[in-house]
Amino acid sequence: MEPIISFENFGFQYFSQSKPTLYDINLKIYPGEKVLIVGPSGSGKSTLGHCLNGLIPFSYKGEITGSLKVDGIETKESNIFDLSKKIGTVLQDSDGQFVGLSVGEDIAFALENECMDQEHMKQTVQKVADIVDMGHLLKASPHELSGGQKQRVSFAGVMVDNVDIMLFDEPLANLDPATGKTAIELIDNIQRQYNKTVLIIEHRLEDVLYRHVDRVVVVSEGHIVADMPADQLMTTDMLPQLGIREPLYVTALKYAGIQVTEDMRAGQLETLTLSEEHKQRLKEWMAAGSPHVNQETPEILKVDHLSFQYTKYRKILQDVSFAIHQQEMVSIVGTNGAGKSTLAKVICGFVNEDDGDILFEGHSLKGQTIKERSQVISYVMQNPNQMICKPMIYDEVALGLRLHGESEDAIKEKVEHALKVCGLYQFRKWPVSALSFGQKKRVTIASMLVMNPKVLILDEPTAGQDYRHYTEIMEFLRDLNRQGVTIILITHDMHLMLEYTPHAIVINDGKKIGDGSAVDILTNEEITEAASLKLTSLYTLAQMAGIKDARGFVWHFIDYEREVVRTDEDKAV
Amino acid sequence: MKTKLFDYIERDNFVYNLSGVTKLLCFLLLSFAVMLTYDIRSVILILVFSFVMLHISGIKLRQVKLMMYYTLIFLVLNFVLTYLFAPQYGVEIYGTKHLLFTFNARYIVTQEQLLYQMTKFCKYAAVIPLGMLFLLTTNPSEFAASLNSIGVSYKLCYAFALTLRYFPDIITEYHEIALAQQSRGLDLSKKEKVTTRVSNTFHIMVPLIFSVLNRVEIISNAMDLRGFGKNKKRTWYARRPLKTSDIVSVSVCTAILVGTLLMAAFVNHGRFWNPFVYGWL
Repeated sequence: MEPIISFENFGFQYFSQSKPTLYDINLKIYPGEKVLIVGPSGSGKSTLGHCLNGLIPFSYKGEITGSLKVDGIETKESNIFDLSKKIGTVLQDSDGQFVGLSVGEDIAFALENECMDQEHMKQTVQKVADIVDMGHLLKASPHELSGGQKQRVSFAGVMVDNVDIMLFDEPLANLDPATGKTAIELIDNIQRQYNKTVLIIEHRLEDVLYRHVDRVVVVSEGHIVADMPADQLMTTDMLPQLGIREPLYVTALKYAGIQVTEDMRAGQLETLTLSEEHKQRLKEWMAAGSPHVNQETPEILKVDHLSFQYTKYRKILQDVSFAIHQQEMVSIVGTNGAGKSTLAKVICGFVNEDDGDILFEGHSLKGQTIKERSQVISYVMQNPNQMICKPMIYDEVALGLRLHGESEDAIKEKVEHALKVCGLYQFRKWPVSALSFGQKKRVTIASMLVMNPKVLILDEPTAGQDYRHYTEIMEFLRDLNRQGVTIILITHDMHLMLEYTPHAIVINDGKKIGDGSAVDILTNEEITEAASLKLTSLYTLAQMAGIKDARGFVWHFIDYEREVVRTDEDKAV
Repeated sequence: MKTKLFDYIERDNFVYNLSGVTKLLCFLLLSFAVMLTYDIRSVILILVFSFVMLHISGIKLRQVKLMMYYTLIFLVLNFVLTYLFAPQYGVEIYGTKHLLFTFNARYIVTQEQLLYQMTKFCKYAAVIPLGMLFLLTTNPSEFAASLNSIGVSYKLCYAFALTLRYFPDIITEYHEIALAQQSRGLDLSKKEKVTTRVSNTFHIMVPLIFSVLNRVEIISNAMDLRGFGKNKKRTWYARRPLKTSDIVSVSVCTAILVGTLLMAAFVNHGRFWNPFVYGWL
């Protein structure tokens, strides 16, 4: 069979960069295959995608070496429009790529550009919308849709062109775990039913491997370093070394000293087979741990029967109560629109509660303005680019203090201290634009820390970050937490909950439906289902091994990872 | 909510079902009619007509309350200022002087002045509901489609529809950024001096502009990847063929315009209706 995509000694260098982003790529993909492309941020995996769909070299200019053929066409001699007939691309940002004012229009966009007549177009749109289960919402506007629905619309918008190849660029980036799972199922069904060639670029490996993929291509520093089936990839130690997270159950097997082999079929949790010896090993490993203990500290923030609504009929928060203790690290989880961001806004005083009260160290915050509350509670938005407004790092961090009218001497001391805490001291004279995303995130945290808050609320601090940057940000937050700052994270990242926040609060439909340890929540089927979370694969693994106390197994994994593995890393540094 | 201001909500009634171009044409025709004539009878006729249309369209009062409120303030202010600056302009126009009462030598109140100012008041009051009607009842995509059908470049038409598509998003983003900056101590309330407030707004604009630029890149990539700009022409999903009701509407509005012009030319002997010289009937 002829490959449908074939890279031969392919290389690419952006004109704006001094080094090539891709070197010497050799890769063949055959019709009907489903291939996952993984790699850490900056590895070149997105560039690879851009080369395929024609954004390179038509929108992003640069120099191409070697050859890339898509369905027999040499891409550099073709154009973006012809390529878009071969490869349909679903971009990462499902909101930004929603160009139409309604679902029907957005799906029709490619057909409109093809000058299809209206009657024919309406039929096609209806047919394709039905495939992704959006047929009843053709008139809905993007503001009325959830993240998952918007993504379905972008799937349809690409399928409508009847392309042979579908390219998904980080399809899971903005979805909660359960919606992500449905998206992977949908991609799988489309691929099987319509016999498409599917390429998925993603760094959330475990979530993609929920369904079968034929091959995993690993990209690192512009090279392809592995191209093998998932089962085989799991037997290597390559992923953690590159800063990509392995599926948690694979990590657990390795911690327990089990040599993962290809016969175990560890590529998917569903196909994983454990021998009696393996099960015994897992049990022994768990038994070696000590039972988990929690420490109590005084309450710092108490939310008492809080209710909030924008209009009479849209109740956003209903009778929510919980307590957060000093120096805790807490996650607030729930689906998009469940009310978790509103909760944070009420706590910060951006909007006022209709009922109930918020107590800080025992005193009510009622009547305190945003500015007053910001002395003790700080809010860090998801996207640092939305917060940074000064060109220089020092000025950005100093801004809050200057607005409060402090003297320059006092400001200098505080800013330098905050920069040291955030590991940015050596950059203090740099412009913000020279920093990476993770570093910018730190700048926004530093600019909040100078105000010396007792509580720091962060909205999705690690969204869109690969494992290495994720670990970097989270370890930094943990250090801050150890220095006495109470940290509240709004998230739907289950790994983050499990690994970093001993305490998790689950909000669903404006009500609190869970409040306890993250382990308890992620091993509780009822709560995970209601809140669009997933049971952690560790729990399933424990059940497979016949371990009765599956929760205890998850606890042990986390403790083990924290104590044994991280301390080893510290020693190594 | 402010983001709802330009949010198009689909409804099924006579006004909504008209093509976007029809609504634009009617808006322009009636506005010309109102602008050209100073005959309060024609103006009131159009004023009543535009309010009837507003009623038929089913637009809720709360949707336009804020706009109505600002309009009213503007009209009243305009009324007062016109009098303050030119208390005898009516006399100049109509050529007669029917005194009602006197404040002092300069500020007198005449029937002529009252008629002139009432006419002007009604002229503004008639145009504004028409404008609202056009803005609120036109589906931007359908409008883009119909503009394209009368010969405007489709890229230009699409740019217009896209602006309306992303406008609410950008407003939401502005509010988000404003809140985050306020929590750092940025004061946007009226307690602060105007100059400080302006420079504080700047602190919100910088991140907003960067995020808008980022958005533009994503949209243009998404559009390129789906073949926008490939052909010289394109078809429209949202296009509505012109119907009898469209032709009737344009005809009615043309008739109104022609009627007012004829009135001016043959009955009123000029743009002004002058009852003081030619009698009240």
